[in-house]
Amino acid sequence: MKAAILLFPGINRERDMVLAVRQSFGHEPQIVWHKETELPAGVDLVILPGGFSFGDYLRCGAMAAQSPIMQAVKAHAARGGYVLGVCNGFQILTEAGLLPGALLRNAGLRFLSMDTMLRVERNDTVFTNKWAKGAEFRAPMAHGDGNYTADAATLDRLEGENLVAFRYADGNRNGSARDIAGIFAPNLRVLGLMPHPENLVDPLMGGTDGKPLFDALAAA
Amino acid sequence: MKAIVTVMLKNGVLDPQGKAIGHALNNLGFAQVGEVRMGKIIELELAETDAAKAKAAAEDMAKKLLANMVIESFKVEIAA
Repeated sequence: MKAAILLFPGINRERDMVLAVRQSFGHEPQIVWHKETELPAGVDLVILPGGFSFGDYLRCGAMAAQSPIMQAVKAHAARGGYVLGVCNGFQILTEAGLLPGALLRNAGLRFLSMDTMLRVERNDTVFTNKWAKGAEFRAPMAHGDGNYTADAATLDRLEGENLVAFRYADGNRNGSARDIAGIFAPNLRVLGLMPHPENLVDPLMGGTDGKPLFDALAAA
Repeated sequence: MKAIVTVMLKNGVLDPQGKAIGHALNNLGFAQVGEVRMGKIIELELAETDAAKAKAAAEDMAKKLLANMVIESFKVEIAA
């Protein structure tokens, strides 16, 4: 699987993502600047990393969702290409309409920088097949706006169609509806989540809890 | 022509900032303050002389960028 990592001004986790991809894929992902209008040829997976694109102006991810490269990402997703958005990347995907719902300010108003436990809701996807269904793993979170929300009909649809990827398993600190930490698009090829699996992919980071995500993608 | 776009969280969407402001006002002794909602005002200077066209354009901008219709509602006013 060939990966490209998008870089918007204000993104700050792109190198973490490069490291995670390098560890599992065994090759270097390409970094793609947001003003590009096309993805590099042959890219299978587009990754939107975390950070504070455009300073979170207006709403988190709102500006980045309008960047030139996002037209190419939408076309890639429409072709059935893989897309992974983490943290600000998840916010950008919702703002771009590639995933439903929105991320609001944390219910407690505080920026949350701590580990959380995530439960794997399904393991029959290209992203999650290295975990057991129901497995729980540790993931660092670092966000001020991770309170997932959508209208009741959308939430019911997500649950009915089994599109919830991860839920917070050790307490819902940001107020997310139905403890949702990450969701899939209906074709199971677009995944967005708030916590950072890419920050636990090496023993030197304190653990490898997040590595199964990248190992699964590498094997796809 | 100036368009003033007011963006508010939809009713029913949790507004923790509004809540915090309400608590602070209560603490200041403004006991009459109940629910507080916080939003944004965006002023647009438009190269447009027709108020109806200006309003339509600003509404289009609000739907495409200024408001996230999943969580927010907006209203557009045209100032002379």
